[in-house]
Amino acid sequence: MDKPFAITLDPGSSLANLTGSWRTRKPVYLDRLPPCNNACPAGENIQGWLFHAEAGNYEQAWRTLTENNPLPAIMGRVCYHPCETACNRGQLDDAVGINSVERFLGDEAIKCGWQFDKPATSSGKKVLVVGAGPSGLSAAYHLARMGHKVEIQEAGPMAGGMMRFGIPKYRLPREVLDAEVQRILDLGVTLRLNTKVANIEQSMKEGGFDAAFLAVGAHIGKRTYIPAGDATKILDAVSVLRSMEGEDKPMLGRRVVVYGGGNTAIDVARSVKRMGAEPIIVYRRTRDKAPAHDFEIEEALQEGVMIKWLSTIKQAGEGEITVEKMQLDEKGFPQPTGEFETLAADSVVLALGQDVDLSLLEGVSGLEIKDGTVQVGPNMMTGHDGIFAGGDMVPSERTVTVGVGHGKKAARHIDAWLRGTVYESAPKHEIATFDKLNLWYYSDAPKTVRPMLDIIRRQSSFDEVQGGLDESNALFEARRCLSCGNCFECDNCYGVCPDNAVIKLGPGRRFEFNYDYCKGCGICVSECPCGAIKMVAEDI
Amino acid sequence: MTFQPIKFYQTGTFTVGNRLLTPEQRSVQSHLDRSNAINSGHRACQGCGEALGARYAIDAAMEATNSQLIAVNATGCLEVFTTPYPETSWQLPWMHSLFGNAAAVATGVAAAMKVKGRSEVRVVAQGGDGGTTDIGFGCLSGMFERNDDVLYICYDNEAYMNTGVQRSSATPPAARTATTMSVGPEPGNVFGQGKFLPAIAMAHEIPYVATATVADLRDLEAKVKRAMEFRGARYIHILVPCPLGWGTASHDSIRIARLAHETGVFPVFEAEYGVQVSALPIRKQLPVEEYLKPQKRFAHLFGAKPKVEVIARLQARADRNISRYGLLQKEVA
Amino acid sequence: MLKQTEGSRAVAEAIALCRPEVICAYPISPQTHIVEALGESVKSGQLENCEFINVESEFAAMSVAIGASAGGARAYTATASQGLLFMVEAVYNASGLGLPIVMTVANRAIGAPINIWNDHSDSLSQRDSGWMQLFAETNQEALDLHIQAFKLAEELSLPVMVCMDGFILTHAYERVDMPTQQQVDAYLPPYEPRQVLDPREPVSIGAMVGPEAFMEVRYLAHAKQMQALERIPQLAAEFKQIFGRDTGGLTHTYCAEDAETMVVAMGSVLGTIKDTVDEMRADGHKIGVLGITSYRPFPLAQVRAALQNAKRVVVLEKSLAVGIGGILSTDVRMALSGIQLHGYTVVAGLGGRAITRKSLHKLFREAEQETLQPLTFLDLDWNVVNKQLERERSVRRSGPAAESILRDIGTVASKIA
Repeated sequence: MDKPFAITLDPGSSLANLTGSWRTRKPVYLDRLPPCNNACPAGENIQGWLFHAEAGNYEQAWRTLTENNPLPAIMGRVCYHPCETACNRGQLDDAVGINSVERFLGDEAIKCGWQFDKPATSSGKKVLVVGAGPSGLSAAYHLARMGHKVEIQEAGPMAGGMMRFGIPKYRLPREVLDAEVQRILDLGVTLRLNTKVANIEQSMKEGGFDAAFLAVGAHIGKRTYIPAGDATKILDAVSVLRSMEGEDKPMLGRRVVVYGGGNTAIDVARSVKRMGAEPIIVYRRTRDKAPAHDFEIEEALQEGVMIKWLSTIKQAGEGEITVEKMQLDEKGFPQPTGEFETLAADSVVLALGQDVDLSLLEGVSGLEIKDGTVQVGPNMMTGHDGIFAGGDMVPSERTVTVGVGHGKKAARHIDAWLRGTVYESAPKHEIATFDKLNLWYYSDAPKTVRPMLDIIRRQSSFDEVQGGLDESNALFEARRCLSCGNCFECDNCYGVCPDNAVIKLGPGRRFEFNYDYCKGCGICVSECPCGAIKMVAEDI
Repeated sequence: MTFQPIKFYQTGTFTVGNRLLTPEQRSVQSHLDRSNAINSGHRACQGCGEALGARYAIDAAMEATNSQLIAVNATGCLEVFTTPYPETSWQLPWMHSLFGNAAAVATGVAAAMKVKGRSEVRVVAQGGDGGTTDIGFGCLSGMFERNDDVLYICYDNEAYMNTGVQRSSATPPAARTATTMSVGPEPGNVFGQGKFLPAIAMAHEIPYVATATVADLRDLEAKVKRAMEFRGARYIHILVPCPLGWGTASHDSIRIARLAHETGVFPVFEAEYGVQVSALPIRKQLPVEEYLKPQKRFAHLFGAKPKVEVIARLQARADRNISRYGLLQKEVA
Repeated sequence: MLKQTEGSRAVAEAIALCRPEVICAYPISPQTHIVEALGESVKSGQLENCEFINVESEFAAMSVAIGASAGGARAYTATASQGLLFMVEAVYNASGLGLPIVMTVANRAIGAPINIWNDHSDSLSQRDSGWMQLFAETNQEALDLHIQAFKLAEELSLPVMVCMDGFILTHAYERVDMPTQQQVDAYLPPYEPRQVLDPREPVSIGAMVGPEAFMEVRYLAHAKQMQALERIPQLAAEFKQIFGRDTGGLTHTYCAEDAETMVVAMGSVLGTIKDTVDEMRADGHKIGVLGITSYRPFPLAQVRAALQNAKRVVVLEKSLAVGIGGILSTDVRMALSGIQLHGYTVVAGLGGRAITRKSLHKLFREAEQETLQPLTFLDLDWNVVNKQLERERSVRRSGPAAESILRDIGTVASKIA
């Protein structure tokens, strides 16, 4: 139309006015490190795999998960999930049930027979992994995926290490363990059982290995001196748990005293309860000081395990033991009181921790042994070039997850070392703390509780105590993730910009700012639910 | 055990979009092809609530009408910042006539569409609180009582911002404006004055009246779409914080609007034919201080000696809203 | 078709023949009969495809017309006096936006004191509003001017006021020749807007224009009215071809050829003036008349041409620019700039004061004798005025002037000498 001058204008022509020049501060997108990822000893990209799980894309979620950890079905059962402790959602209602979703994904993978992708190329290098526990299996997996030829030499008759010989079946069914081990072997990893490495240098030389990763664990039960008669049966927890795996169950009698307050003590007590015995845990300090996880203590108590807090065993006689009551001093250490009592006991199981069998390292140059563990550098290499170590045999927290993390970390450094380079980990992003979130946008969604096996069956069978989530509640749980610090494409920035200065790039491609028009008001930052945008000073 | 049905995602339906929602469940603002009724390059202040509210509302109306929409605008910030010669930000047919006649001009446009046999073309009139509750009130009331086929949207920032923050009849008590300065024995706007236009609109028994804020986009969009389902006079009153006039940070515009709702200061509800039919429930009720404190226009209530009795009166107003409009009741499923 | 009818009804019928699409109605005397008749026409279905809107004020009436016109509809409204003033903001807006609205102004005085009778104060107050103003001398011309007004307005995209004297014309029953629908359709094509609100081709209408372009916008409005000066006579000529009547145009002269005294006026008073002139001509006076139809745009050249040979000019106007005198006469004098002749301003008929032949005879003779004051208030009651002035000089609280004067006169009826 023949438009009147000046008072009638063409639509949308204000694009000629670049309001970006008003700005003194500008928003930028960033990825902050979510607290769960930060807390994961195995370095899982938890939020990354939850992102796919939220969409119901479980295989992609599982593949993202196994980028870092090849054992999700195991993790989902035995990991003490520090991720959930760190989870920001815990400050809102309940932490996201990361562990249960992980287990769901692991189980789903077993059910569907998902396999790892085979390495595309071969490096031509050979790596010896000593020990088929979590750390060794993890290292083998990662090294194999990097294209190296891997052989695991395991002293025991079956793979799994402490996962098989230390963790009771009711916590980790063996078919789950077997499935996840087999999947790693299917990558082309060689497993030689009943092969105890007596001398590492010799084994490497004989096998033509370019590097070695030692992960023999800590299998020697610590002992303490207890004056005892001949008739008293005193065993160590590791041996007891190991013998659970064999045909011949240990003969412990009806009344079993378990000495110690760690998770192993609980495992033993709960295991013998299932064999029909009456376990009593004797521990020198109080419940809140016990190293065992409280939920495990709680479950043990529910199952009928007796616990005597603030007690030490002074003497073991025939059919009974003498315990001394303790009291905590000002510093929280237990001190004897001189009060004694006797308890009926057919056997005593010592669960006082484990030592490492370091015999395979005898004569190897450059090694440093301290407090019974092998010292390693930040790259997991021992003092001897080409020999790396991890898991329970190096100084650290002794959990399956830490072991898996060591395996991954060591594999990266071994890979770099084999290629003559140095592995540089990506710089750590700042942590997405609770205050970075805009919680208004999250709806109330309390945690989904996993079904528990009923109490009678738990006392009499080794059936798995903790059930899994089914698909619908696993999905629900995954969707409780707040996606702290990382854009999950909620479109808020795109919607709330008064200047249409946010460009939506389409599914999976997130957004970018149109700085031609962004006036720098900062609404996008305030209204980003997950703290994935921040304001920075404009260069003027 | 009972499982919670999955009806929302991480963030429920509170965010603008969310990749997990089906396209129908997503808001208009999340669409790549939203009409962007107010294009980039407009001259609104940083963090302008009105720019946001207007785009939300008009984009939703555009979608509801399949882009068969004409907008009429009262004089005010929205008009000035969108259409300074030689550029306009509007992407739809748009007209500005005067400060006080937007409703009447819209009536004329609607009449033209009807007589031209183009009833599919719908008409929206829009203005600020001054252009709506004060100078434009006569025309608005006339449009209402004739039940003309116009949706009137008031973007309420509670004062005459375009002219430099003078009091309007929508300015709340105690608020400082350029004509109700925070001086004298009763600083700020006085109690016992002003009007709440949505209630007056309801008294006209027009088909649809609703209130909304820029803090709850989906609610706002739903109301605009609902309004477009009716023929006849409709009124939507949207609270749009003004960083300049309220003395708030530019990044807080949505937060402040949210606080207005969550404290009960601004009731969000809808009514049909003069009867309230729904209320947007307060999710987490907060005391009015939470809303007042971040705003410099209320700064005189705080400081070393907070004016507790004035704050209590404002709290009483919020409480009255809560009970009058049922803001703490759960939404009826 | 010839018919005897009320001026308002005749105008309403003519407007209906113009096929208006939106009519905004708000009652104010003396225009009420026009919109009443139109309302009846729409409601009965006689006038089809037309929205008749009962608005809540004149401000709304003009505003609705603005919206309708911008929406592409032919829009019409009518008003008078206070009503016109109440819509002033929108009046300026309609012309500023270039919307071809046609509005009847049934000319009426402006209060206070409130007065419903005729003079030209209302529309002349909108002299600079950007609207064109056409003044009708008779009901026939009022009727015809409306038809021409729609065509003029829409061609130029400028609004037009058709001014007809309240009561004197609006309420007078006279014989008119009512055109047929075919004739009007042949003359007036459907409205083709220059700019329109249409989702198919969105535009923003009514932008804020700053110093960089405001002057140009205003000049363009002036340029359009200058175009109208050319177009108005053409439209009258085209009108004559179809309707056979010589109405409209910029100006009309009567007995002007050899006139030494020229009387200039607008509206229905021209009839009385012409009767007086006829009588004076019969007595040998060289007197003629210039009737101005187009007050805006003001036809300076035509006025100059019509008056330049006279010895004296009497501008008789129904309006008063308080503080100076005439309104129309100021424009007439501008037309005569540089020409040395005697000019008289006569303010007459304010608030419906009757303008009689007797008074005019006296007035024109005084003009011929050059005894007339430059500014004359026709039939002003000096007794009343002097009394009131004296009262105000002597008493601080002299009370309301209009009420005091009425008390002095002892009647509320207009005084006919």
